[in-house]
Formats: sequence, structure tokens, C-alpha cells
Amino acid sequence: MKKSLASAVAACSLVTLPALAEPQAGGVVDTVIQPEPPGLVLGMIQNAPTRTVAGNIYEGLLRYDTDLNPMPQLAESWEVSDDGLTYTFHLRKGVKWHDGEPFTSADVVFSADVFHRELNPSARAVLQHIESIEAPDDHTVVFTLAEPFGPFLISFEAGTFTMVPKHIYEGTDFRNNEANNHPIGTGPFKFANWDRGTVIELVKNEDYYEDGLPYLDGINWHIIPDGASRAVAYENGTVDVLPYGTVENFDVPRLVEMDNSCVTQEGHEYFSPFAMLWMNNREGPTADKRFRQAVMYAMNRDFARDVLWNGLGEVPLSAFGSNARFQNEGLDPYEHDPDKARELLDEMGYDGEEIRLLPLPYGETWNRWAEAVQQNLKEVGINVRTEATDVGGWNQRLGDWDYDLAFTYLYQYGDPALGISRTYISSNIEKGSPWNNVEGYENERVDELFDLAATAHPDEKREEHYHNVQEILHEDVPVGWLLELGFPTIYRCNVKNLVTSGVGVNDGFKDAWIED
Amino acid sequence: MSFFARFAQNRGALIGLIILTMIILMAILAPLLYPESPWRMVQRPFLSPMEVDGFVLGTDTMGRDVAAGLMHGAWVSLLIGLVSTAVALIIGVPLGAIAGYYGGLIDDGLMRFTEFFQTIPNFALAIVLVAIMQPSVTSIVLAIAIVSWPPVARLVRAEFMSLRHREYVEAARLVGQTNSTIILRQILPNTLSPIIVLASLMVATAILLESALSFLGLGDPNVMSWGYMIGAARTVIRQAWWLSFFPGIAILLTVLALNLVGEGLDDALNPKLARQRQ
Repeated sequence: MKKSLASAVAACSLVTLPALAEPQAGGVVDTVIQPEPPGLVLGMIQNAPTRTVAGNIYEGLLRYDTDLNPMPQLAESWEVSDDGLTYTFHLRKGVKWHDGEPFTSADVVFSADVFHRELNPSARAVLQHIESIEAPDDHTVVFTLAEPFGPFLISFEAGTFTMVPKHIYEGTDFRNNEANNHPIGTGPFKFANWDRGTVIELVKNEDYYEDGLPYLDGINWHIIPDGASRAVAYENGTVDVLPYGTVENFDVPRLVEMDNSCVTQEGHEYFSPFAMLWMNNREGPTADKRFRQAVMYAMNRDFARDVLWNGLGEVPLSAFGSNARFQNEGLDPYEHDPDKARELLDEMGYDGEEIRLLPLPYGETWNRWAEAVQQNLKEVGINVRTEATDVGGWNQRLGDWDYDLAFTYLYQYGDPALGISRTYISSNIEKGSPWNNVEGYENERVDELFDLAATAHPDEKREEHYHNVQEILHEDVPVGWLLELGFPTIYRCNVKNLVTSGVGVNDGFKDAWIED
Repeated sequence: MSFFARFAQNRGALIGLIILTMIILMAILAPLLYPESPWRMVQRPFLSPMEVDGFVLGTDTMGRDVAAGLMHGAWVSLLIGLVSTAVALIIGVPLGAIAGYYGGLIDDGLMRFTEFFQTIPNFALAIVLVAIMQPSVTSIVLAIAIVSWPPVARLVRAEFMSLRHREYVEAARLVGQTNSTIILRQILPNTLSPIIVLASLMVATAILLESALSFLGLGDPNVMSWGYMIGAARTVIRQAWWLSFFPGIAILLTVLALNLVGEGLDDALNPKLARQRQ
């Protein structure tokens, strides 16, 4: 109703002002989220759907354009000392939390030093390089590093380094805090209502610190569990935006061909999602390097890309994706070679022990993918049993290391020290999270190389260390490297300015507006 | 008149029996005609039926042979239908027999217990059970059995109540037969006819339940069942109608056949109806 009213008003104004290209305020965007997120407190939960919804509620100090250059967000400016050890952020003044409390440097210190240190493995990878975080006044924060850290400035994205309210979380049990049901951020949209299984409603933050923003009155994230129904919802106009990964790949060409339908592959440069197969390095056949190599040879990854992902994405060479910096291109790719896989299995004396495979419960494409991999593995003689779970069960079983093989996809965050090392370094082994070194891979040399590479200066030195570490990982296969995913976002062409950053719709609704 | 002659008097039952035999043959022949796993990706995806020789029903979203899936699925569907019915009988018959034979407080207790299950909608309970136990053939069989035994218990109880005061039961008691002997050797054989008829219909219901669970993604991800095939195909129903059409027909025919056979059995086993016909 709101939307049609707004369009009627706008239509009148168009008569007097034709070809108006100025952003128009008003209107609600209907979009979908898949699957339903387990919660909305960013920083505590890092599932992709949580990031997508809550990235519009919470903010980080910086945001990044599609080339991953930093842009101001909660920090309006920043300085880096010449030795690369001191980073000073000047915070925006007059920023308020959604409950009216002022946002200050104390919140930044609390978020980084307390909240993320406890809950967030991807932020922890950055935090370990920090010697101190200080707040000389309410609007200045100074990070002092122990040694230079190449990707430091790229690690302040909202989903990775979320600013959470100190006045709500300090001194409480974070995971059981009552406020988790009603997230409080600083972002352009406020949490309004979550009708479980139906819709998550965000409304415009009238007190947002950037004048005139956001243009939209709200965003409705519809929860439609079935892929075909999501496609139909877009076709019949119920939803206007299909964020990446929300429709099945074979629907994409049909939806893109519709009138007034636009598509972009931009908006996930920051993430470069990388689909992987966790392999439990601790016990069972998957603890044997030869078994893991056999899995790599057994899988037909080109088939997965061409058939399941409609040719979108790229088959990765090794642990570093093609979008990642410092990729070692000299490695021998793991081609689809069932005979080689059988040889390796024979050599290790695999006795047909049952291997449990957990698919990623993110929709039909992922289910089909698990079926394809299961079949690939069965053909070389691996006795695979698929165990289907829901999202909660998947999180829990990975967190408890209760699996043999499991699908996932992880973000690369623009730099190996942020998005890649976390999967392989042994200091990141900890029960309870499905996002850290879940496979339990431990290799001192790898730890050391990743460490050296992160702090080396200049880039040529980093490159050398990263090339060496890739050789070891390529041989050890701690996890299976499946596919670098290509995720298109489909939207009505009259929704303007939707994808303006390297994280796309995760923070894009801030600038978006509807043209009538 | 022999049992089969009475059965064959019902045309529908005969047709049902023929269809059912064909489906059982399908299940038995599946490993011979399609020795490869039905999950095997053998051709280009989305081949329509007859488009390529050797793929009479086409291929699915991943290039798997639909015909192979249909044949192997017959085995899964029948297996789940039969086993879960057997389990339901194992739960329902003794409960009903004890309740009906002893009556009184035991009857009250057991029937309240039965009603507890009857008040929960079947399908909802089955979904919850499978979700809790994790989808697998065993959990699906158990879930279906747990939601479908109450009618069995009810039926057996009613039969026992009407039979327990008959002269031959009194006679058995008089010669000193124990309660368990009377239940097992005297009354139970006389209640078999309605149980058999009910069981044949329960197999049909079980197949439908399994299909519905698989359709919702709660099937055993390791076996190719008809419900799974339809569930996996529903996202592409506009591009590839045959993927959901053929397994749908298979379910329809199987359930129809089982119902027809059940009706025929009812005719053949019910002495009253038999006498009327004569």
C-alpha cells in the first residue's frame, strides 16, 4: 500500500519534472532471504543470510567499493602511520544506536576487544595482530599493531568487524542476551519485526546520520523456503530483489529475460565465496592425506560448475581462489581422475568404512551437488552416506566436529590473511564454531608461513611465503576445494543504486531507491 | 467357491492385482535391467523422453536416467510400505487384542494411550519424528508405523470385544486354556480377515506418506524414492514436466492398485458378502 501511494505521488511530480534522475525517497523493497537466518546479531552469527539481512542493521567502521577500496562508514577518516603500526580512526559525530544511545569510541573498543575476541573467529584472525586498542576521546580510536599487518585496513567490513552496542552487551552472557531478539545497530535500517518462517521487516532509521539516507521506507525479507516459489514470487511481482544465491541456478536465465529485470554479478568481490568440502582430519579414513587426495581426484568439479551452477563460477586450482591475491599458479590441478583416486585408496588400504557426508542445507542446488559428489565418490569405491540436516543441525554438527565430509562455502575477504589462513592455521581450532579450522588440520610449517606472510613487508615477500604455503596445502588437501561461486543478484531495473559496494545487498539498501 | 474365484469376481481387484504384480516385478527387475546406481549421472541433463535411444523416460536435472530411478524407486516405496505396515501391525495388534480381551481398566488405559496418538495429526507427527531422528529409511519406517498403528489397535479391539463371549471361546476357557492361548489360537485367527484388508490399505497410505516426506526433503538422501524424484523435480516443473510426471503416475497407480486389491480382499474374506452373492 505504502508503495503504491508513493508511486502515485511520484507520478504526479513527474509531470512537472520529466526525466528526473534524482533519487526519490519512499517505497518499501520486498526481497527474499534464503535460508531463514538463525539469528540477526551480526558478529555473533556469521551465516551468509545473517550477514545479508543484518548488514543493513549493523555497520562497521569502513565499507568497501567493488574494487575493495575503503570508504568511510562509522569512521569518517583514518590515518596510518609510516611504519604501518598505528591506525587512527576518527569516528563520525552524532551517530546514535537504534535505541537512542550515542555511538562512541567505547563501543568500538568493546566490540573489537571483548565481543569479537570471544565470539568471532574471522575477527580474531585480525585481532591477534593488535597490541592495543585505545580511545583517547569519544570520537577517536587508535589501533596499535605489534607488527605490520598487510590486510588490516580491509578488515573493517560490517559483517566481519561489526560494531555492537557496549551498553547492551557489556558484562552479560552474549549468546543469551535478551537483546539478541531485537538487534540494535547504527545502520540505515532498524529491526522492526520477525515473523518466524514468514518475514523479517526492517524499517527506515529516521535518525540516520547521513542526511536524506536511506531513501527506502523499509525492507521486507520474505522467507520462502522453496526455490521455485521464490522464482515465482519474483515473476508475479511479490518481491523486487533476489539477492545472490536465492534462486536456483537454472531459473536465472528465465528470470533475467523478463521485462524490467536486471542482473549483476557485482557485489560479492569482498566475499568471493569459495565452496569447500570439510574433511575431518582428526579421525577415520579422512585423516589420511591419500584419502583426501583421492576425494579431490574422484570429484568431477567441472560437471558441478557446468550443470549445477549453469557455468557460473570457476573451478579452483587449490586453496587460493582466482580472486585471491598471491595465488600460486604453478600447482598441478587436481583433474577428475577416478583411476588415480582408486589407486590412492588401494595404497592406503581403505576398507570401505562408512563416510558421513553433510550437505549444506541451503537449497536444491546444494542438495543436488551433494548427490553428485556422493555418486562421484561411490564410483571410486568410497562408501558414502549422506546425512541431511537443517541449518541449526549443520552448524551444531560442524561445531562439534561430528562429520566426515561436509559442504560449506567460505568468504575470502579480499586477502589471504583474512579469508584463507583461518581455515588452515592450528590456532583457529576450537569447538563450537562451523567457521574456523573445522577440519582440524595442524601443520607447524603452515602456521609459520601464514604468520610470516601476514606480517611481511612488502608484497613480494608476502607472495613468496604464500606460494610456499600453497604448495604444502595443495599436497595435504586439508579440505576439498570445490568451486569459486558466481552469484548473480537479480532485481527490477527500477530499483536503482542497489549494488554500490563490494558486499552488494548486504549493505546496499542504504543507497537504493525506487524509480517510478 | 475358492478364495481366488471370490476375489476375481471383483473386476477392479483383478486389475489392481495385475498392476501391483507389475510394480513388484519392476522392483525385482530393477537391479537386473538397471544394474548401475540410479544416482549415476549418465547422459546430458534435461533429455526429454525418447529424445535419445536408451533413455525412454529422459534424464533429470543432473543427467540421471529417470527410468532407472523409477524402477529402483519401486523397490524403495514397496519396501517402506510393507515394512512400516508390518511394524504398525506389530504395535497395534497386541495392544488391540489385550484391550479387547481383558476390557476394564486395561482397556481404558490402552485406549487412552491410543487416543493420545490419534489426536495428533498423522503427517505432522511423522514430520516431527523424522526430523528428530534424522532422515533415513529406518526413521521413516518407524515414523510411519508410529502414526499408523492406532486404527489397527482400534479394529482389533472391536473384533476381540465381539468375539470374546462367543461359545467357542467360553468352551476354550472351560477346558482350561490359558488367556494367551485363547488370544493367540482362538480369537486372533478369526480376526485376521479385517486385519488383512486394513493392512493392504495401510501399505498404500504408507507409500503416500513416504512420498510426501521425501517430497518435503525429509526422505533418506541415500535412496532414490518416487517422492524424492518429484520433490527434486518440482523446482524445474516448467522446464521438464516428465521428471515429476512419471514418478507421480507410479505413485498414483501403486496406491490405486493397493486400494483395489484391498477392496477385493474385503469382498473375498467377508463371509456375509460372499453369502449374499451366492
